[in-house]
Amino acid sequence: MRESIQHFINTLSQPTISFLILFFLFFFIFPPNAWFHRINRKLGLEALWTVKGGIAIFASMTALLIFGGFDANFRSIILKPDNVPIILLLFGSIFFLWLSMHQAMQNDRRLRGDEPPEEWVKESDRKVLVWPDLVYIELIAMVLCMVLLLVWSIVLKAPLEEPADPSATPNPSKAPWYFLALQEMLVYFDPWLAGVVFPTLIIVGLMAIPYMDTDRSTSGFYSYEKRRTFISLFLFGWLVLWVYMIIVGTFLRGPGWNFFGPFERWDLHKVVALNNVNVSEIVYVKMLGQTLPDGILIREGPGILLILVYFLVIPPLLAKTSLKGFFNRMGSVKYSFFIFFCLTALSLPLKMLSRWFLNLKYFIATPWFNI
Amino acid sequence: MAKDKKNYNPFKSLIWKSIFRTAVPTEKRGRMMQVLNNVFLHLHPVAVPKHSVKVKYTWCMGGLTFFVFLVLTVTGVLLMFYYRPTVENAYTDIIDLGETTPLGIMREIHRWGAHLMVITVWLHMFRVFMTGAYKPPREFNWAIGVILLVLTMLLSFTGYLLPWDQLAIWAITVGSNMAAATPLLGREGPGAALVSIGDINLVTPQSDAKFGLLGESEVRGMALLRFYVFHCVAFPLVAVVFMAVHFWRVRKDGGVSGPM
Repeated sequence: MRESIQHFINTLSQPTISFLILFFLFFFIFPPNAWFHRINRKLGLEALWTVKGGIAIFASMTALLIFGGFDANFRSIILKPDNVPIILLLFGSIFFLWLSMHQAMQNDRRLRGDEPPEEWVKESDRKVLVWPDLVYIELIAMVLCMVLLLVWSIVLKAPLEEPADPSATPNPSKAPWYFLALQEMLVYFDPWLAGVVFPTLIIVGLMAIPYMDTDRSTSGFYSYEKRRTFISLFLFGWLVLWVYMIIVGTFLRGPGWNFFGPFERWDLHKVVALNNVNVSEIVYVKMLGQTLPDGILIREGPGILLILVYFLVIPPLLAKTSLKGFFNRMGSVKYSFFIFFCLTALSLPLKMLSRWFLNLKYFIATPWFNI
Repeated sequence: MAKDKKNYNPFKSLIWKSIFRTAVPTEKRGRMMQVLNNVFLHLHPVAVPKHSVKVKYTWCMGGLTFFVFLVLTVTGVLLMFYYRPTVENAYTDIIDLGETTPLGIMREIHRWGAHLMVITVWLHMFRVFMTGAYKPPREFNWAIGVILLVLTMLLSFTGYLLPWDQLAIWAITVGSNMAAATPLLGREGPGAALVSIGDINLVTPQSDAKFGLLGESEVRGMALLRFYVFHCVAFPLVAVVFMAVHFWRVRKDGGVSGPM
């Protein structure tokens, strides 16, 4: 019984399966538009953000952790001192997700009934004095935080491995955990994209958010419905492309950066067959039955075309059709930046899917750079 | 004083008054003065909107991030007394911290605090997003916050190398290999060959972005020194400047966000 559950979890947690489930469920749980929102309501998914839903989420997470704790391999990964913060991050990010969504749902209900959000206080008793009303909360927060740090430090000794040896490369070599989403991206993109261009775009994209989403009427309180597009997209980036990727990179990647389920022993000799092909080979060899053309521009033409269509044709197309209202509200400049950041972020899941289902290596492969 | 011991109030004593300038206030005017008259408290306004002191709303994450930064500064300064950033000494100094140095637990507090700060910064950003608090007029302060987020991760990343164990150098090797892949400026990046004068290639393992990050072409002694200086001096200084702007802008942009 236990082994079959373990086997089931191992299978389920494979990126090919877990990511697909997350990817397709995500927008029903966090609907970006009215259509998804209707289905979300029909399925009763809002119940996740009630107190009962929160208890259910945490009970199942804790149960999974305790169940896993009986397995020596799982335990050794979870209790590795440097992995403790990731458990903290996992529970923290889910808890605060629940807390914010819980308050957002309450406020949405109030707004639908033409009531002001809960945070709104009428002018006459609006202000409280910092001394003592804020100062004592800060003091308690600091004390609790210090207690947490002290207990953590007393219980867990800071790890120290063998002395640095430049000639002995550990397998796997992992970057610090907060960069593991980037290292996980290396599976799908070359280092100049995964390590340089995408991090830069993440930083610039984050900074650009307030210049694209300027509606002041939904500022300063928790809400979902009126901000659903931006919230849904941001949560997709934060939960799926960042937190999920960190967890895969930390817990589920072993020697050779191969995937290992949580109950699978790290086997140094695991070999995964890789016979990935480029877009050029798919088009010319598989679809047209020819040999690859010699001229590089002709050879890579289909890939170049795909990328140009992706970034230059899809945005105006969406602006005329499903994102028409969005485009009209934002204007062409804001819309262009917005859609560029969205498409770039979406290129990661798309590349993952095409890697898994088409064995795709590169869209464009040149001697100088690959995409 | 001695006559009525029952009514003796230390909060009204000469020493208390000399330090805090006033007795502990119980009435409104005194409480306002308490904030105005204190160099640390005057980061705050005198009064704030009711909803913004609720833990449910702010989660205290921004404040806790700052607090953990202060804890890291104090423990970090103490650690600097016992740690030498050289290939010969770094590793053994860390062992000594765990075994013989008094209050060597500072290393634990520093390491777990560093992890905690990354998490609190992320959750602070998440809270600000979910309340829509980045919207005008706070858009520039959000951008400053993004820079502080990057600085937090850089501080943590540079500190990662200092124990000089296997985990340290290989994590930094993985990280700095990314710099080698920078387009145009990295030795393995696309277009590196284009940056040249005549036949002389300007981007080499002795001059590229990775070299600039490490101070040498691979992670060795110079990189250790460089990361030490970044970690203990350069990045904290830059972070403090950005924090000052961040806090000042919170006040100038109207305090903690709230419904219009």
